[in-house]
Amino acid sequence: MKRLSKYRRHPLAAGLVIAMGLLLVGSLYSLASGAGPAQASNARSQAIKEGQQIFLKGCSSCHGLNAEGTQTGPSLIGVGAASVDFQVGTGRMPMADASVQATARAPQFTPEQTMALAEYVASLAPGPAIPSQAALNYERDGNLAQGGELFRTNCAMCHNFAGQGGALTQGKYAASLMGVDPQKIYEAMITGPQSMPVFGDRSMTPAEKLSIIKWLKNVQNEQAQGGIALGKVGPVTEGLLVWTLGLGLLIGAAVWLGAKSK
Amino acid sequence: MSDLEPLSDPGLPAHVARRADRDPIAEKRAERQVAILFMLSGLSAVAFIASYVGIKSDQYIFLPLLGTTNAQQLALGISLALTLLTIGFGVVHWAKVLMSDHEITNQRHTMRSSETELAELATTFAAGAASSGLGRRSLIKRTLGGALALVTISPLIILRDLGPLPKKQLEGTNWKRGSRLITDPGGIALKASDLEVGGVAHVLPERPTGQKETLEDLTRDPVLVIRLRPEDLHLNAEQASWTHNGIIAFSKICTHMGCAVGLYEQQTHHLLCPCHQSTFDVTTGASVIFGPAARPLPQLAITVDSEGYLIAQHGFNQPVGPSFWERSS
Repeated sequence: MKRLSKYRRHPLAAGLVIAMGLLLVGSLYSLASGAGPAQASNARSQAIKEGQQIFLKGCSSCHGLNAEGTQTGPSLIGVGAASVDFQVGTGRMPMADASVQATARAPQFTPEQTMALAEYVASLAPGPAIPSQAALNYERDGNLAQGGELFRTNCAMCHNFAGQGGALTQGKYAASLMGVDPQKIYEAMITGPQSMPVFGDRSMTPAEKLSIIKWLKNVQNEQAQGGIALGKVGPVTEGLLVWTLGLGLLIGAAVWLGAKSK
Repeated sequence: MSDLEPLSDPGLPAHVARRADRDPIAEKRAERQVAILFMLSGLSAVAFIASYVGIKSDQYIFLPLLGTTNAQQLALGISLALTLLTIGFGVVHWAKVLMSDHEITNQRHTMRSSETELAELATTFAAGAASSGLGRRSLIKRTLGGALALVTISPLIILRDLGPLPKKQLEGTNWKRGSRLITDPGGIALKASDLEVGGVAHVLPERPTGQKETLEDLTRDPVLVIRLRPEDLHLNAEQASWTHNGIIAFSKICTHMGCAVGLYEQQTHHLLCPCHQSTFDVTTGASVIFGPAARPLPQLAITVDSEGYLIAQHGFNQPVGPSFWERSS
């Protein structure tokens, strides 16, 4: 006892006592609460470990060994599981090349590997979680008319009035939203990937986000009432068609009218 | 002086007979071609009627390149186009191949009327003027003059509809001291804590309950609220005092032509106008870094009230939107 009391005013003593207390309480709690959660947390820490291994191999060259970010890649601390699921699940990460924008392609990791990576990044700091499939019942919870209104104010200036995507500055672009998985659309809204700003749940409620998804799916399945939709991008293709094909035909007709018959 | 001769008039080139003029078989063939074109036109007209009657208006078909399209609309368009095109082609082909193509020269004649005709006109005019008695009947002359003058003035009076002058309407918005920022659409009153770094919200000033914003309000009130890291902002002291914890608000109405400036690039902090690509740098108070806009976007001074809601410190310190003649600043 005497030896112990000699160290009780040591600067580290308080921290050590608290740590030991916490450890004791924690172990007692996990013993008392049974095997279920322990197994779950075990599986989770296993996934985190696995995710860390994948991260070190596949991502750390740009994002740093501890996801702290480098010159070439941003820090991933606090971006959350949703961000990982969006970027890796759509094949944007790892980036195909060092261009201004990561492009969507076939995912480079399996869903299990993606989940492990997401668990690892989520374990670094709290961030937006992956929305569950149950929370994405846009057919039931979305409002079509409201979705259209929200889309036109918040999304249409970049993604085009029919969700076909559009150009930004210096070669960057807003991707087309046709055929995109609802979960990925939702994740993009809560995490704000690349040039896109964040649409947090408190300034745009989850129900409003589901309305937007419902509207997008409706647009995607909409049949062209007036014939050819020309990619639904508006006056650019329409003008191009008229000025090249239409005007070309007229010039051809004028030449034919003016030519003498043999 | 010179033995150079002026170029002689080469005259018209000799007429070349067409194949249909020389060869009866070719003539018959051309006749058949024209007839076939006219028959095609007739058939297309029948197809037009048949597709109107026969195809359901909600029938959709998938075609490569064209995608899913309305079958009836497509059939109507194609058959009508063929009807008109083939009848036109037929007529032109007929005229070019079969109708006479001999060129005929018509000599020009002088434009001036003959002396006798001119003299006759002068006499007739003088006789008419004398018989109307315009020189003698001054009452008629004056009233006619007055009536004509008023007829000319009356259309001018409707030009008043160009007015009235907008006066101060273009100067102000509905933002005033203490207006809460509510999302549009959605109507959520925003708290400072509701916006994450990198987040944006499109907002309007809160209105008394039951009042709906008019279209005119939507042309001048919309504001974009953006949250950045406070250290990313490089503002002068006054502009910095109009922000709150890195939350900054700008009028969405472009200072160039009044489009809604909404393309915010989260990583570069650039705001882009979709109409003419004016680009504003949010970090320096929406200063123009590219494009035709002449002024930065007006910044809305914001702060938080005691409950944590974002509110306007006061209205805009300058008129929002594009320039106009009477603009005071």
